[in-house]
Amino acid sequence: MKPYFILNGRNTPFEKGQSILEAAEANNVSIPSLCCLKGASPTGNCGVCVVEMNGQEVLACSTPVNTGVVVRTRTPAILALRQERIKELLDSGNHNCAIGSSDNGDWCDFQQTVQASDGASELCPAWGDCRLQELAYEYQVTGGGRQDYKVRQYPQKKDEPLIIRDYSRCIRCGRCVAACNEIQVNLAIDTDFLDADPLANPDKAYPVAKDNCVYCGECVQACPVGALVEKKARYQYRPWKAEKIRTTCPYCGVGCQQTLHVVDGRIAKVTGVEDGAPNKGRLCVKGRFGYDFIYSEDRLKNPLIRNNDGTFRDATWDEALDLVAAKFQQIIDQHGPDALAGVSCARSINEDSYQMMKFFRSVLKTNNIDHCART
Amino acid sequence: MASTFLKNAVQKGARLIVADPRAHRLVDFAELHVPLRVGSDIAFLNGLMHVLIKEELYDKKFVQSCTMDFEKLKAQVAEYTPEMAGKIAGLAPEMIVDTARRLASVKPVMLCYTLGITEHTCGKNNVMSVANLQMLLGNMGMECGGVNPLRGQNNVQGACDMGALPNVYCGYQAVTDPKAREKFEKAWGVENLPGNVGLMIPQMMDGLVDKKVRGFYIFGENLANTEPDIRKVEHELASAEFLVVQDIFQNETTKFAHVILPACAWSENNGTFTNSERRVSRVRKASEPPGESRPNWWIFKQLAKRMGHDWASNSGQEIWDNEVSVLSPNLFGIKFHRIENDGLQWPCTDECHPGTTFLHKEGNFSCGLGNFVAVEWTPPAEVADEEYPLVLSTGRRLYHYHTRTQTGRCEGLNDLLGEETADISLADAESMGIEDREYIKVKSRRGEVNVRARVTPEVPKGMVWMAFHFREGNANWLTNPAFDPVTLTAEYKACAVRIEKQ
Repeated sequence: MKPYFILNGRNTPFEKGQSILEAAEANNVSIPSLCCLKGASPTGNCGVCVVEMNGQEVLACSTPVNTGVVVRTRTPAILALRQERIKELLDSGNHNCAIGSSDNGDWCDFQQTVQASDGASELCPAWGDCRLQELAYEYQVTGGGRQDYKVRQYPQKKDEPLIIRDYSRCIRCGRCVAACNEIQVNLAIDTDFLDADPLANPDKAYPVAKDNCVYCGECVQACPVGALVEKKARYQYRPWKAEKIRTTCPYCGVGCQQTLHVVDGRIAKVTGVEDGAPNKGRLCVKGRFGYDFIYSEDRLKNPLIRNNDGTFRDATWDEALDLVAAKFQQIIDQHGPDALAGVSCARSINEDSYQMMKFFRSVLKTNNIDHCART
Repeated sequence: MASTFLKNAVQKGARLIVADPRAHRLVDFAELHVPLRVGSDIAFLNGLMHVLIKEELYDKKFVQSCTMDFEKLKAQVAEYTPEMAGKIAGLAPEMIVDTARRLASVKPVMLCYTLGITEHTCGKNNVMSVANLQMLLGNMGMECGGVNPLRGQNNVQGACDMGALPNVYCGYQAVTDPKAREKFEKAWGVENLPGNVGLMIPQMMDGLVDKKVRGFYIFGENLANTEPDIRKVEHELASAEFLVVQDIFQNETTKFAHVILPACAWSENNGTFTNSERRVSRVRKASEPPGESRPNWWIFKQLAKRMGHDWASNSGQEIWDNEVSVLSPNLFGIKFHRIENDGLQWPCTDECHPGTTFLHKEGNFSCGLGNFVAVEWTPPAEVADEEYPLVLSTGRRLYHYHTRTQTGRCEGLNDLLGEETADISLADAESMGIEDREYIKVKSRRGEVNVRARVTPEVPKGMVWMAFHFREGNANWLTNPAFDPVTLTAEYKACAVRIEKQ
């Protein structure tokens, strides 16, 4: 028989070794957290998952459940603690959504200063796709309103390829570290930033990637706020404008499942499908960032037929297909079907390879069909 | 991405042995790195099996009940003492003994390999050896065991499954089997399907020169950069009487075409890919194709129509659901409606079948008993000598994909890797006075390239390691067009070169 504990007054089963957070989630009781990353060990950095256990305040992510303990997740005292913590996080950086500064009185000044430091005239690039913002709405918390509140000047790294690391919005939750060190195991981000004081020593107080970063972008996917953003998606992507389409990565043989975030018919960014088989939400640098070749101006846009001088001229489909069919027929008539051969594509969809194989065998009547499996 | 799961396992206590001439990143996670010499795999594997048999560490029960021809294997590996194998592989005999004992100490052991096994003139025998080892250890037919080739391309498994091979239809049904021909004649409404096995790519390329092949159709392959010995390949492509290339970009291969057909790319139409673990997953349309480009399947359908064949299927889904899965017994249970979310792994024989995560369950091999095929080590076709004293081995780098027609056009990826390098060892760099990033010449009997040196501890003394992502400095100007006699896979992993300072 499974052991039980008391969760919000109900007898609730749990598995041995589960944290309060895991046991609650398994029983459809949601406890908010900003720092927990599925598949990685809990850190307790954000403090938002605070709950009451046997009258004591504990962090749900890092406290194991024991038989018979009494856990309450939404007492007024707990809610107040969460509100306080969320406000602290909102105040800790340049969270220029409507929430981040609305107690400030000088909303315009704040926006303009932050936007100047961003080099853009937009709200935070994560606006609408930010876990901190969601929790602020849920807990009715607004930022600002404090005497010492000011725009932070923390390090921003905008010159690296693919990823913008903007620590002015970092809440030091450590999810990027867990994603890098425990999920992808690239070990490119150290944890010692937590020891430094952000106000006194901002350069040391944020999770900066080392030289062995391989730009997989797992940290970006893990970031709950706007501190880590895909360079190509920054300000292009807003969740309410994007259609989500699940597909399979076009690169290697792992077959990672991706979510394409499509804005106005163009892929704006790519994320891994959480819990999807086989990659469980992970992607590599090519899978995450290697999608925009399809929009290249170099794409072939119409059939081409070679002129006698070696140059190519534009042709219609009818012209090109008629020429190929006639030429193949002529070769078959003169030299037999085995004078034709074809190489299929190990990159394109199954249906295309099937179709080419069928064309060679059933129409041209040759088995001279192969692809690069042998190389 | 596969390596992240290996690394997770190591973090949770799994033990990793890396057998590779190079000390690449995974070596940091391994309890043992076996730096065997390029092309010595069979000697090493036979050496391991020699120790396992001599010390009676192999799985006797599995060998007895699930396999055949053990005695032949035993006789073959008898001569591969750790001393003899170690001499060929450049390893201390103790390391071979130690590796064998470690392998026998846990169960199951999962064995993964990639092209380092297959891209040799003895590639097929390398694969046989790997299978021999895992059968001897009784690591077959179980989860987390087995022989796991990690496929390099997103749909190389699928292209095989679809029968884009000279000997089989989709579902691996042999063209030489009259019953299979009859089945496909009926399904396709045609007569007299050919029963002779067709040509493999290298034979096609030869055929272009000797005029056995007059018309050549290349779909989505940049052969001019990917095949060994670019000068030879370009001569072959230039010899084609009529060359059709269907692709998404102009590339080094389209230059030789008589007709270029513009195709839809990934995410511009609907279909499926099949990954390394035989999982069929959906690929969906997200963007409109540019200009007049069309789905590849549509192009083949239109050509068939012009040659008198009217095909019914008119979408990726119709082709899969009504033809591919109906005609392929292993795919019979896979339909589009079943793979809306996660894909299914074949064999999947009916629409209630959950798919198959691993093969040969409980040692029941699909062929009956697992067959030990004892093999002899053979050296690469071209080995280092006085004139060309180094071994060139080739592979891929993280930031680009093959000939870079795609990744080269993605913002940001060229910033991470903008040119080819020749990776050489610290020892060779020092003895030749070569600085990191210095331009050097790499020469083989086929050609030469000017390329920057990347001096790295990853590469052992005596080796040059390169990729083929860039036209300039492409390793295939140098590689040897020598092939495995059965699979006709080229020996990309070993040829002789020398390097010179500029």
